[in-house]
Amino acid sequence: MTSSPDEVLPEPVASSWTTATVREVEHLGDSFVKLRMEVADRHDHVPGQHYVVRLRAPDGYTAQRSYSIASDPADPLVEIMIECLPRGEVSGFLHDVVEVGDELEVRGPIGRWFVWGGTTPSLCVAGGSGVVPFVSMLRYARRTGTEPLLRIAASAQTRDRLPYADELEAYGAFIALTRENQPQADGSERVAAHIYPDELVPLSEGIERAYVCGSVGFVSFVGRILGEAGVRSDAVRVEQFGPTG
Amino acid sequence: MAVTRGFTGRPRRGGDDRLPPGQYDTGAGWPTLTAELTPQVDVDTWTMTVDGLVDTPTTWDWRGIHALPGSSYFGDIHCVTTWTKFDTTFTGVSVDTLLETTGVRPEATHVFATATTGYTTNLPLADITGGKAWLVWEFDGKPLTPEHGGPVRLLVPHLYFWKSAKWITRIELRDHDEQGFWERNGYHDRGDPWLEQRYQGDA
Repeated sequence: MTSSPDEVLPEPVASSWTTATVREVEHLGDSFVKLRMEVADRHDHVPGQHYVVRLRAPDGYTAQRSYSIASDPADPLVEIMIECLPRGEVSGFLHDVVEVGDELEVRGPIGRWFVWGGTTPSLCVAGGSGVVPFVSMLRYARRTGTEPLLRIAASAQTRDRLPYADELEAYGAFIALTRENQPQADGSERVAAHIYPDELVPLSEGIERAYVCGSVGFVSFVGRILGEAGVRSDAVRVEQFGPTG
Repeated sequence: MAVTRGFTGRPRRGGDDRLPPGQYDTGAGWPTLTAELTPQVDVDTWTMTVDGLVDTPTTWDWRGIHALPGSSYFGDIHCVTTWTKFDTTFTGVSVDTLLETTGVRPEATHVFATATTGYTTNLPLADITGGKAWLVWEFDGKPLTPEHGGPVRLLVPHLYFWKSAKWITRIELRDHDEQGFWERNGYHDRGDPWLEQRYQGDA
């Protein structure tokens, strides 16, 4: 883990709470909801950063959670993708209750570590909804013509459990499904399995950094196989999430 | 700010004065959050150093730190990601005990804690003295596991838990404050959960 900033990042902004107006709501199956929001007094983000969303009850009780940004910094709206967790206090509300026109308290962008500024050759490895920050990175890479510097691998139980699967595939991301066989372009089939170290070797060639985002168990697993693929542990940046609802 | 339309929140007891604002009770769970891969720290080679503005810079090894008088913390811990865990038990050694060995120079005002991974965090000296901070190697009577910072982590339970550096290996006393890892990356310099000091810019 090194502390030297190797990319030009915006100066840290002392972010304050502001209002986001929900402009688009899209449900993707039972598990995910995509919100696109217009953020008042918005500061530009760097791909990989997140917003905090805070909900406030009539008695003053609040609940807040962090959500990675999926949108490109040039997008006029800020897009987040929420996985609906069982009994999730915040995710359940965002999934079941929020409508176009609702206002939410948000704060961000936050985070200066799990960010990609478009200059470092990198491999991103995502588990399930951990793919969201990498969607922001790939949209940024496409717009700025820096795709050769950004490779993405994503893993999920089934294709339905992988948000943005079509967009990832169009980008050329490697996708591993652990509970579905996948037909390949050459007529063969990838049998349902976790990512193999051998599958990460070609993706790791020439990279200077790896980003891993997913559940605690997924991050631990990928850390091991990245090591087997020859990636140094101090080149790995990690973002984990657990069942915090 | 305005009430969020349609939001009531999870059921809650009135007057739960142990839960800081914006936090929820994680129950038996103990989520983990790190910025780096979990290292495997070998207790045979691990050392703990207290240096900087002290009279006697000192390094302990695993056996040496266990030879110090033990101390336990019984109480709650609070993570900036909004979970609070009630009634935890951690066992190790009080930071006061380490500082009794090294002495503290009068000009020391802050500390900079460093983990084996290179993770760092900054704290006012007053926040790790006076029975407020520990080095711990047991949780609920069992060895602290690597994902929770084992074999040894710093424990500063009255502040958000990123201050309780996992895989601690060094505490340096300084006459000035310098931001650590999360602090440089947008999080608060002190991190008092009761004041909701989560991010840079919070009062």
